[in-house]
Formats: sequence, structure tokens, C-alpha cells
Amino acid sequence: MTQKTATLTISRFEPGKDTVPGTQSYSVPYLEDWVILDALNYIKDQVDGTLSYRWSCRMGVCGSCGMMVNGEPKLTCSAFIRDYYPQEIRIEPLENFPVIRDLVIDMSDFMDKLTSVQPWIIREKEKPVSEGEYLQTPEQLDSYQQFSQCINCLLCYAACPIFGLETDFIGPAAIALGYRYNLDSRDEGNDKRNDVIKDVNGVWECTFVGECSIVCPKHVDPAAAIQRLKVESAKELMQTLLMPWGRK
Amino acid sequence: MIANRPDKSKLYYPQMPTAWWFKKWNYFFFLLRELTSVFIAAFLVVYLIQIYNMGLGAEHYAAFVERFKSPGWIVFHVVALIFAVYHSITWFKTASVILTPHVGSWAVPPWMVTALHIAAWMVVSVIILLLFVFV
Repeated sequence: MTQKTATLTISRFEPGKDTVPGTQSYSVPYLEDWVILDALNYIKDQVDGTLSYRWSCRMGVCGSCGMMVNGEPKLTCSAFIRDYYPQEIRIEPLENFPVIRDLVIDMSDFMDKLTSVQPWIIREKEKPVSEGEYLQTPEQLDSYQQFSQCINCLLCYAACPIFGLETDFIGPAAIALGYRYNLDSRDEGNDKRNDVIKDVNGVWECTFVGECSIVCPKHVDPAAAIQRLKVESAKELMQTLLMPWGRK
Repeated sequence: MIANRPDKSKLYYPQMPTAWWFKKWNYFFFLLRELTSVFIAAFLVVYLIQIYNMGLGAEHYAAFVERFKSPGWIVFHVVALIFAVYHSITWFKTASVILTPHVGSWAVPPWMVTALHIAAWMVVSVIILLLFVFV
């Protein structure tokens, strides 16, 4: 019996040689249980070792293998070939990011933005270990838990046209993670984080397209985080204007 | 800070296509929502002018309102109404994203937040309509 095959058309870009990316088509075995990442690994191992892309865990946890699959940002470890077969599958690097090589994007700008929102627990004064853990009730955990599921896969950035147009925008994932720590009952760093999050390049750059929440593979809702922060920010502004004596 | 940064001169910087809003229905509806604001703002300007004319006397106001019977003004008002309805619905959908009310430990589902807002909007609209008709 002839082995069924699927065709992947992959964006190729060699730095220093190409000025714009081109494409190359590959034929891979069609298997019911193969995801696109399996096909890329097959090409890399069996057909063309020069193909470059990122991947690690293969189980939707590390967030490394995000790419554009037929124009949609996807984790390729979770996108099955059977869902596209027999159509040709187009694989491109995540949109709105500079391309280093083939399917590998430059994440350094995102990493700087992520660091700027200080996505970690900030305490004004740490209590001694002898006093035990910082305890939380289930309700306190619930308030931020969905936002803590972000794996920094950057699909939300690839889906956000505002980030594509305004590259200074901090973007959905960084804001959602900042908000996650703002909501954490153990944290005392809201003011430090809000200087960045509630700035013009923060939540106010967002015009609520909402696509970031749609494409998130971990069902985080960055659009909600941003809109809620806008309301918070507007309330604070009104408080400052109407009750200037209450200003911190 | 990132220790090893790629050589920026060797990167490929993709450009957003001019007609990016045609790429996805969601982008298109987003842009349409933004565009509706222009018509709503235009309607409000006309409305303010209408109120100003009302202050100039009954005869003056009747002559002003007479102009609204022209096909151009009718089309403008119909388009403004459709866009106002569309914008309002998207606004109330946004409310369900922003508001997460709880009744005791029960979180009110987002669709209910939107539905309650739309219901309140309908009630207020009907009351205003009745006031115009009967008062």
C-alpha cells in the first residue's frame, strides 16, 4: 500500500544571504497521530538538516514551538496534521516579530518587556523563614490563577494587530502576567508594576481586538486583564482629579 | 537583560500589510466597531445643532427639522442608528469581559452580564420612546 503523504510549505530565511524569506515545500508521511512538530522533526532528521525552528517539551507546556499554521498562530505540538489534510499546510514564523532564521523569531524585545513588568512576587519586607509560608485562601488563588497559566508562547503577540503596528506596545502576555502578580494576595508590588502596565505603551495602547484571548492555547484571557486594568487606571485618574488630597 | 542578542542587521523585519483588517473576520469587525464611532460622533454633533436650533424658537426649529426629510439625512440617520446599535452591542459584550460580578460564591456567567446590560438598555430605550410619544 502506498504511504499517504502531506505537503508542508515552509518559510525559509537565511540571514546574511536572503533579503526576504522564501518558501520550500516538503512531502512528509501522513500519520493520524502526527502533529505538525512531528513533521518538522521528520524533515529536520530525514530530509533537510538546515531547517531551523524552536521546540522543546512537545506537550504544550514550554511554549517554544509557536508558529503560523495556515496564517493562524498555533503551538505546532498541538496542531494535528489530520486537521489540515489533504490541504497543503503553510508554516511561517510567528507574525509581528523579526525573523532570525527560517521559523525562529527574535524574542529579545518581548523578554525586555516581560522583565519591565516585574512578573514576580515583590515584598516590601520579606518575613523570616521561621514565620512560615505566605498562605492563601482558595478564593485568593482563584482571583489570579487563570492568568498564571501563561507559557509565554507569544501566540497572542502574533495575533495582535496593534502590536504589529505599534511595536512599543508591551503586549498581551506581559500585561496579563503583570496583572497576575497584581492580583496575588502575597504581592506588594502593584505600584512598581503599574508605572509600566498603565502607561501609554501599556494597557492604553490596546484597542481591544480580542484576538489574543481567542488564540491562547492555555485559555488565558489577556484581553480581560487589559480591559480591567484600564478600568482600574481610569478610576485612579478620577480619584486623583476629584480627591487630590487622597493621592499617594 | 538578554545576554546573547542576535545581530539586528541580519534580521528580517516583516511589515504589516496595509489591508491587514481583511485578513480575519475578527479584525474586520474590530475596525468596523472603531468606524462606527465616527458616525455616532457625527450624529451627536447634528443632535447638538438640533438642540441649539430648538432654542431659537418653534418656527425656526420646524424649518430646521424639515431638512431631515431629505433622502440624504434619512440615509445618514439610518446608518447612524445601525452603527449605534452595533457599537452598543459590542460595548455590552465588553462589559462581560471587564465585570466579573459574584452573587455569594457564584460567579455570574459573562453571557448573563451582557444579557442584563442589553435588557436594561432595552427598558431605558422603551421608556424614552414612550416619553417622546405620550409626553
